[in-house]
Amino acid sequence: MARMKFLCDADRCIDCNACVTACKNENEIPWGINRRRVVTINDGKPGERSVSMACMHCTDAPCAAVCPVSCIFSTDDGVVLHSKDLCIGCGYCFYACPFGAPQYPKVGNFGSRGKMDKCTYCAGGGGTEVSGSIEEYKKYGANRLAQGKLPLCAEMCSTKSLLAGDGEIIAEIYKERVLKRGYGSGAWGWMTAYKEGVAP
Amino acid sequence: MSSPSFKILAAILAVAIGASAIAQEKRAPDGAAAPDANAVSEQQLLQQESRIEGRIDIPDSRARVLIQPTGRRWDSFHEMTLHRVGAIVILGMIVLLGLAFLVLGRLRISAGRSGKKIVRFSAFERFSHWLTATSFVLLGLTGLNITFGKILLLPLMGASAFSDLAQIAKYIHNFVSFAFILGLILIVALWIKDNIPRQVDIDWIKQGGGFVKGKHAPAGRFNAGEKAVFWGALAAGVAVSASGLLLLFPFYGTNIATMQVAQVVHAVVAVLFVALILAHIYIGTLGMEGAFEAMGTGEVDTNWAKEHHDLWYVEKQAQDRP
Repeated sequence: MARMKFLCDADRCIDCNACVTACKNENEIPWGINRRRVVTINDGKPGERSVSMACMHCTDAPCAAVCPVSCIFSTDDGVVLHSKDLCIGCGYCFYACPFGAPQYPKVGNFGSRGKMDKCTYCAGGGGTEVSGSIEEYKKYGANRLAQGKLPLCAEMCSTKSLLAGDGEIIAEIYKERVLKRGYGSGAWGWMTAYKEGVAP
Repeated sequence: MSSPSFKILAAILAVAIGASAIAQEKRAPDGAAAPDANAVSEQQLLQQESRIEGRIDIPDSRARVLIQPTGRRWDSFHEMTLHRVGAIVILGMIVLLGLAFLVLGRLRISAGRSGKKIVRFSAFERFSHWLTATSFVLLGLTGLNITFGKILLLPLMGASAFSDLAQIAKYIHNFVSFAFILGLILIVALWIKDNIPRQVDIDWIKQGGGFVKGKHAPAGRFNAGEKAVFWGALAAGVAVSASGLLLLFPFYGTNIATMQVAQVVHAVVAVLFVALILAHIYIGTLGMEGAFEAMGTGEVDTNWAKEHHDLWYVEKQAQDRP
């Protein structure tokens, strides 16, 4: 089984936000929810870098561990999914997530956040809905992985900064790039998410 | 430090910093200047700060945090430390109270009941107590459910039913909290003057509160043990209320780090608070004859009052018969 991961090569990201738009369009994300976002570090200073970030689908996902109703789990592909039927909107996954991935449809006062929403790696949902069904699409978004396709954010990336796919393969691609360029600002979030970096 | 040695030190430092800057500057494989190669790296940033933040187009300050590895530490607090500490403190207190019951038994009124009653708590005092008490029990059970429910109840109930229960429990916890805060304010306003520590409390503690020798130590309206519960409940109540309000209104003047701290404070203090109140419930019901009616009907037996709160009894008699 492939272990699916994301890798953002920040030395290639141009902060175009096409990944954010692709994600919103493909999954019909409601207003106020950003499954993917681009953060710019050292904006306007020498050495500025932009990083596209969403759920990293962690190894030993902390969100899944802290969930008080155990509605978050990892699939055989290493994709972290959750059930919106079971979610109680407590917000704990947001405190545990190293990447700010969990999103909530409402502001959240008095615990009224609504059901958590996050990147599903375009792999549908973790509920009881039939894989690829319209019910699943409405609740969780696209299920591209079942069709043999990768997440659209990575597919759309104009500079091929954002890579998705089997972790070993995308790590290899990144290593080759770093060797050829002679530099690399690192596979952002990998140590935290997967407990291993990408050593060039 | 304006001596020559300082100047030498400064010079060495300057050279060292300059050398390290040169050493750190990366160049392209052909030796040309490569400004991109000297960009910020994740590792450098995480060495400087506990989390990496940047600029973002989304009008949501939370989204500015790119990586916060602390999330994993909060996870291990919540799933390891809190589970262990919570279980040890709460089960430990239950075991301790069980032992106390086995060793001391129910503390009886030594002189037996006189049959005469004296008013200990007014209706409003009892209302304030039970408002706080009921809300505390609800908050305690629903709070423990968030931490231990998935271990104890989820396997019994099944995912769907447990999720419904947890959802209801969450709303009970969030809204009953206001009743608890009101009750706490009332209790403090009513009883703070009778809970100021006095000389008699030191003697009471020295004599072991009468538990050890079986002889009652003198006490006013509240003895040192009750005062400890009062001040403990006040401190814990303020801590859980303040941290709870931060959690109830997430990210108003707080960030991810302060939200995590608020949750840690809330959970740890709450577990200690539950243990304290378990002891309070024990001594007020099972542990002592004649104690519960003080909060039940508001009236206590005069012999109970003479034994446990002799100074208050004398004072009260003087008040009632001027």
